[in-house]
This record gives sequence, C-alpha cells and structure tokens, in this order.
Amino acid sequence: MNGTRVVVLGAGIVGAACARELALAGLEVTVLDRGGPGAATTSHGEGNVLVSDKAPGPELRLAQLSRRLWPEVLSAIADRSPTAARRVEAVEWHAKGGIVVATTEEGAHGLTEFAAAQREVQVRAEALTADALRAAEPFVTPAHTAAVHYPEDAQVQPAGAAAALLTDALAAGAVLRTGEEVLAGVARSGRLTGVRTPLGLLEADLFVNAAGPWSGALAARLGAPVAVEPRRGDVLVTTPLPPTVFHKVYDADYVGAVGSSEEELQTSAVVESTRAGSVLIGSSRRRVGFDDRLRPEVLSAVAAKALRLFPSLAGVPVMRAYGGFRPYVPDHLPVIGPDPRLAGLWHASGHEGAGIGLSVGTGRLLRNLVLEEPPEIDTHPFRVDRPAVLGPGSEHGWAPSPTAEPRQRDTGPLQQDTGPQEQQHRGEEQEPEQNQEGT
Amino acid sequence: MTAARHVAVVGAGPAGLAAAHAALAAGARVTLIDSAEQPGGQYHRTLPEAYAAERPGELQHGWSAFERRRRQVLAHPRCTWLPETSVWALERPDQDGEGTERPGRLQERPDQARKRSVGAPPRLHLLCGGPVDGSGRTRRTLDADALVLATGAHDRVLPFPGWQLPGVYSAGAAQALAKGERVVVGDRVVVAGSGPFLLPVAASLLEAGSRVREVLEAGTPGTVARGWSGRPWELASQLGKAAELKDCAAALARHRVPYRLGRAVVEARGAGRVEEIVTARLRPDWSVVPGTERTVTVDALCVGHGFSPQLELPVAAGCALRGEQPGRGGTGEFVAVDDEQRTSVPCVFAAGEITGIAGAPAACAEGAVAGWTAAGGAPSVQPLRVLRRSRDQGRAFARRLARAHPVGAGWPGWLRLDTVVCRCEETDYRALCEAFTSAAESAPRVAKLGTRAGLGPCQARICGPTVTELRDRFAGRAADGPAERPADGLPAATPHRRPIAQPIRLGELASPAAALIDDEQHLPEGEQLGDASDQIPSDSKQRPSASDQTRTEDEQTRSRGEPTHIEGEQSHPDSEQESDS
Repeated sequence: MNGTRVVVLGAGIVGAACARELALAGLEVTVLDRGGPGAATTSHGEGNVLVSDKAPGPELRLAQLSRRLWPEVLSAIADRSPTAARRVEAVEWHAKGGIVVATTEEGAHGLTEFAAAQREVQVRAEALTADALRAAEPFVTPAHTAAVHYPEDAQVQPAGAAAALLTDALAAGAVLRTGEEVLAGVARSGRLTGVRTPLGLLEADLFVNAAGPWSGALAARLGAPVAVEPRRGDVLVTTPLPPTVFHKVYDADYVGAVGSSEEELQTSAVVESTRAGSVLIGSSRRRVGFDDRLRPEVLSAVAAKALRLFPSLAGVPVMRAYGGFRPYVPDHLPVIGPDPRLAGLWHASGHEGAGIGLSVGTGRLLRNLVLEEPPEIDTHPFRVDRPAVLGPGSEHGWAPSPTAEPRQRDTGPLQQDTGPQEQQHRGEEQEPEQNQEGT
Repeated sequence: MTAARHVAVVGAGPAGLAAAHAALAAGARVTLIDSAEQPGGQYHRTLPEAYAAERPGELQHGWSAFERRRRQVLAHPRCTWLPETSVWALERPDQDGEGTERPGRLQERPDQARKRSVGAPPRLHLLCGGPVDGSGRTRRTLDADALVLATGAHDRVLPFPGWQLPGVYSAGAAQALAKGERVVVGDRVVVAGSGPFLLPVAASLLEAGSRVREVLEAGTPGTVARGWSGRPWELASQLGKAAELKDCAAALARHRVPYRLGRAVVEARGAGRVEEIVTARLRPDWSVVPGTERTVTVDALCVGHGFSPQLELPVAAGCALRGEQPGRGGTGEFVAVDDEQRTSVPCVFAAGEITGIAGAPAACAEGAVAGWTAAGGAPSVQPLRVLRRSRDQGRAFARRLARAHPVGAGWPGWLRLDTVVCRCEETDYRALCEAFTSAAESAPRVAKLGTRAGLGPCQARICGPTVTELRDRFAGRAADGPAERPADGLPAATPHRRPIAQPIRLGELASPAAALIDDEQHLPEGEQLGDASDQIPSDSKQRPSASDQTRTEDEQTRSRGEPTHIEGEQSHPDSEQESDS
C-alpha cells in the first residue's frame, strides 16, 4: 500500500485517529479541514471514554477495543519524543471510573439488568452498596436506589487528545491543510479521484469522510449522501471547586437518552470534575439541525437533573456553557468502511456522543479495512451499506438517487463542468443538499 | 390607542440612563436593568448609601446633571427600575417567528412558549435581586419590543512580568475603590498605561489620599501629539471633557506629580506583593529602549491600556461587530451601529462604549439617540438632530483617542517566557507560544482548552484580547483566517463570546423562570399611562406567588425612587398621544 494517497476529510479526533493509523502504516496521508483541527465537535464535548453506557453489541465491542488501545496509543506517542510526551500529558488521560446512579426503583431494576448483561461480555461492572457509594462519592444524593461502578471508564481533555493523535500523524509523515473547504468531488469512471477546494484540485486514491456531524452534508457534496445528522448537546461548566466529584457520575436514565432517537429534548445528568477543578455538567440531546442558539430552558433542565444527583451543588456558580453537535445516525452505530456507491470514498463517522472514546478503535478498524488486514473486531455492523445510513431498501442494493447519478461520473473529469458552479457552492453553504456536485 | 412600546435598557451608566430618559420622553414603557444597586455605571460610581456621603459628588464630574436625570428616570411612572439584576443570557427568537421553541418541546410552560412576532429582539434572561456574584436570586424572563444595550467597557491591562502580584491594580479598579468606597490602594502609587483616563485615575487617588509618584503614558510624545493634532482641548471642550481633564491636570500639578510620555512599567517585583517596579522608555511601537530602565519603590501600581467593550450580550444577540480601528492592535472590536444606533439585529440598539470608546458625554448622546429611536420616536425632531451632532462629535473624539493612544505593536517584547498571561489560570507566555506554533493546537478553542488561558472565573475578560492578539501574531491572520470563519453550527471564535454572560448558580438555573413583564399586555383603552397596573405582570392570576414577588419588588423600586413627577418637563413631540388615549 506504500504510495497510496489518502485524504482524510476532517481534522477532528476521528480524522486524527484515522490519519495516524494510516500514516503509521506507510500511506501518504493529507488531512484537510475547513476550519482548525479539533475546533468543532471534538473540542465541544466532555472527553468521554466510556464502556458503561453501552449495551452488549457492536458499539460496546468497539468501545472495549478503543479502551484497550487508548493507553497503548498514548504510550506509543509519548515514546516518540520528549515534546510528544508533554503533549500526551496534556491529554489528561484519567481512568477515573464511572458510577451510574439510579434514583428510582424502576431505574434500579433497569440498571441492575443492564450491568448484568454487560458483565456477560467482560465489562467490569461492580454493584455498590450505599456505604460504598458514599465512600466513593460523598456528595451524591442519599436518595438513590442503586449504583454501579465501572472502573474502566476514563476521561480525556478531548482537544488535547485530538492534538496528540494528529501531531503523531504529522510526525509519521501526514500533511495537514486547514482552512480549506471541500467544494465538490471529482469522479472518474465511478471512482472518486479528487476533491475541489478553493485552492484547487486535491487528488488521491482514497478519501475518508471524517467530518463528524457535517459528514452527511459533505458526503452529499461528494455525490454519495449518508444519513449523518447533527444532534445538539450542551454542557455547563462551574467555577473551580475543591474536590467534590471524583468519578464520572451519571444518572441511570442517561443510557435511555443516549439510545433514544427523539427529536425532542432529552436531558440526563452527567457530572464530573476536570483536572482544573471545574465541574462539567451534561447532558442534553436535541435534534435541531445546526441551530447553535443558546436555550436557557435546556440549560435549566440539565441543571435540575444534575441537582437531583448532587443536591449540594446548588450554590455553585456556573460560569460557562458550551454546546456542540454530535454526528447522529438513526441506528446509533458508527459508519466505518468503504462507500458501496462511490469507489474511493470511505466513511469514518456517526459516533454520536462517543467519538472521543471510539476514535482510536475507529482508526484501527479503518486501517484494517484499507490494508485488508483481518479486523480486530467484526466491522460488518458498521458498514455503510445499511438502511439507517443509506435509507430504507438499501440492504439489497442501493438505488441511485437523482442527486447522485453515476452517469456524470462516467464521463471523466468534471473540472470543466463544475467550474462555474463553484461560485455557487461558496455562496450556498447553508444548503448543502443543493450543492451536490454535478447537479 | 396603541400600547406604548416597551423598551428594555441593559446598563444604567451614562448611555443607558440617557437611553431610558429619551425612551420615556418618546412615550415608551421602559425597563432599566443594571447589576449595581444604583444607576451610574462605572463613570458615575456612587458611594453605597450606607456611607451616607455628605457630598457624594465630590469626586464626580457632571454630578448634578446626572443626579437630575437619575431622579427623573427612576421616578417616572412608566419606568421600571431593576437594580441588582443581571442579564445572564439572551435568547434569540426563531427566524421564522414560530416562537422561541415549539410548545412542549422544552417542557416549557405554555405561557413561556407563546408565539413571538418576527423581528422581535432577543428575550432577556434575568437574575433579579442580588449582585453579580449573588445567590438565591430569582430567575425571570423579559420580552420587550426593543432592546437598548449599553453595557459599557472595562479597562484593558496588558501583561508584563509581575503584573499578577497583589498590589497591582487595573486603573479602573483603583479608581472604583477610590470613588466607590473611598479606599486607597496604597500610599506610594504609580499610575501607568495609556490614554487620558490615567489623569482622572491619578486625580481620584490623590483626592483619596495616596501619594502618586508619577503618571506614565506609554505613547510617545510624537504619537500622542499627532493623534490629537495639537488641539486636544479644543476638541474635548465640545464634549465637556475639557473641564474634567483640566481639573485633573491641575490636581497633578498641585501635587507636583510628573506626567511622563513614552514611558511604561515593564516589570513589577516584590515578595508576595508589589514592592518596586521597573519603568523604561519606549519607542513609538512600545518596544523598550535598552538602558533606560529605572527602578521605583511603590506599594501599589495602577495600570490601564485603554478599554475593552463588554460585548458578550451584543454577541449573544447576534449583532455584527465592526473591525478594529487602523493602528489599534488586537481585538479593537465594537458593535456596528447605524446613524440611529441600530445594530444589525432588528429592534436591538447599542449605545456607549460598546460602540467605541469615547467617554461619558458621547455615551449620553448615543444613549439618547438609541432610546428615542427604540421607543419609536419621530426621527426628525430638532432635539434628535442636536443629539446626533453631539454623538458625531463623540465619534470623532473616539477616533482621535484611538489615533493618539494606540496600543503599540511591540508590547509582547515586555513578556518573558514565564510571564503569566492569564491570571485566573496562571497560563504563561511559554504555554501560549507552544500552542500557537503547533499545527494541531493553534485553533482558538483548542488552544484555550490546552493552555487554559481564558477558562478561569473572569472568562477571558482580562486576557482574551491579549491572547487573541498574540495568536494573530503567530498565525499571521491572513494565512490562518478561515479557521475563525464561522461554519454552520460553529460560532466564530471571539474572546467576547460568553453564552452565559454572568455567573448563575446551579440552583438558580435549575429553578423555573417566570416572565417578569408580559409584553403582550397592552393598556386597556382609555387607561392612563403611568397607572401602576402596567407594571404588574398579567400572569398574576395563574401564578400568584410569582406576581407577589414582583409586586414587592416594584414597591421596593418605587420607594427607592423620588416621588417627583416629571410629566411635562420633557418637551417631546408625541406627548399628544398620551392625553388622546
């Protein structure tokens, strides 16, 4: 595969992890981002590396692979140079463990069953007695009905983690281009051979769509739409406190909120400290497109849920709030693999709120698939060719949509055709569905 | 009759108070909001009533005019004054006018999810009944027909080695202590930085009893003289600034305080607090002339390098900002306004220092124009033309000020690698250099999380412009510009973006918010304006407890204000409307 040129579209944590694996495997990697690296979804999350919130199934297997890989990857990066070691320090890897707390009888029942099923697939899930919970989290509400400790759960500073992965990719020979937006794809004989940017044509053998919540729009722009949509979340940040929250503590109803597909607001308490002493409080899930307006009532709902778990935080000032967009796929599974409709296009997206944790596993699986190595875990559940990603009826052969006709791709280079439309593309970025190349 | 327009004014400094005054004169209902107990803002900082100063205006300029206006506004029957109230968030309405959210979607009560009209200004989210760092305050919402933002500015301080030591004050903080609490920051004090503001600060310190050893203006004589074009007092006299500056200069002369141009404090030293400072002569770009360093013994240092506008609310409202003025370093960003003080957002007006640093007289003029226009006042009345002229003079003054006192590009030369840049998080210059030179870490948000600069309690109010300026130097703004371009769903990276504009306690946030005043309530036909009924929330039937609280507040508010009635004192052209109803 030496000499294979890869362009990773998106310099968030998933793009960085993919770029690193492919660069280390000897491929010629270029990472392209329209903004700054790690500046979007990656730096607007909490930095979860969790197994606790996942039911047995493919996503949990990917989470377990990733959880195993994280320490290995960080230590490999740190070994590269003293500068790299400092950068790994900035990742703030903290295997603090998670504690899931139920506050209702129904929640206790669900949590106990959930944990039992997880234990079947080698997740460490230890039921805590009331005393043990009080010892582990002295400020948690006494009005709880059950608690389970997940020692494998960990946390990172997500932007630092992405920077460490990306810098290692660059050290392995990858090239970073930022501030450069993909305007259209160029296809020859049904194969994606290049992308157009304001700076010109960038050609490669493989293109990896790692644009997070913008993956759907980007894929549409390349002529092969996938059903990745934004799902908004908001996080509250308190002023620094003396140690108050020691694990990642969340409400048992969080699992339900993660797994739901509701458009409407879902909130669930997720409370944890950062190294600097601030407490991060989540979480909310809303499908509102890329509407980034602050919604005080959402923040209020998040605060109320957090106080149910930690009543003593009522007097703590919230000094900041931030929101971000998760890449959401209706079946809640990442999309990892080649696009069956357009050769040369690959996807590594759709991790919803778990992308930080799942990034390193995703990078590894992508490398396995690209190099045709035996994959570390079964990649079939993550394939692109599934109804949730391509739409109903796609399981048995994908039906071309009028917006992505292969006809034009067979006609050879589209440079001449797309010239006048580029201006249009720049002006219409808010409506990517109208921007499909060649239409 | 049609209902009176409801104008909400945020900030009760010179601009906000003038806006409230003019909006009342134009016939509007006004809600005036400030986080302080008393109107006046930073400029007319008043002593707490507990001090019962016999002559509160002693350290104040233009006190009597301010006092008259304050009384008129607070006592006006159509004015609701909300002291100790913070605007912690602004909520922009939907573009399609569907309402701020679909009913039920956010589990809002139906009365909160009611429809709002297209072009309505953002909804204000308030914390009532306590200072900015208060607790147990009540969360309220307020929907007005128009919004005047007059949130002012705070002083900017550039970093230098030792600036984080106790005993080093921002010039504004030192003056606030002198004016607001009659507290002196130290016995032997040096005032340093840039701009005419240093003079009143020094005068306040002298008056409060400090010995001011010297006043250092970093601008070199050539820059300052060229900027003012040699006629500073002539220009200033049009704005009533002259008397103030002349008084200050006279006070300095009386106390034999040297005023030195082209000199700056480049280091503060001391064990546990500032004991001595190093000053040095500067070149026009503010780089240090080697060999000119001098050590001065002090027990306090006051520094100010111009002002940073408080832009979080305009940014939250979505107001367009205008770029920095030529020759200004860093984020010299202000709210862009038109001739009537309209921002780019419908029904949102801006006045005072957030539109440009021009001092209190200009802020008053801007506020009056904004308040009048926001209230729907006729655009062509004579007083408005006078105000506009005064405002334009103020803008000219602002331009001169910026030309005469630019922040020199050479100031980062004062920094050492271990110099603290973000005082809250103790981020040093080295950490920022490393982040900004790393391809993977230089995006503003990534650098912020990585270095923690700006993540502390002040939320980048102090270091934000500095960090942005340092980053721009490393990046070369043009080369890296697109990274700061907002993508769909990604806000532009600006140090002024603070969706939570003021700290709110988790318990306060978790409690539901009641509408403070329902803007859909119109005065019944024939009812006289000024009747107390227009200040009682219409939802009192649904939620008696909330309305009881509000009523109590209203009563408190009224008891604070003077009972003087000023009807007729204002000659406003629409006064007919009131009696015609």
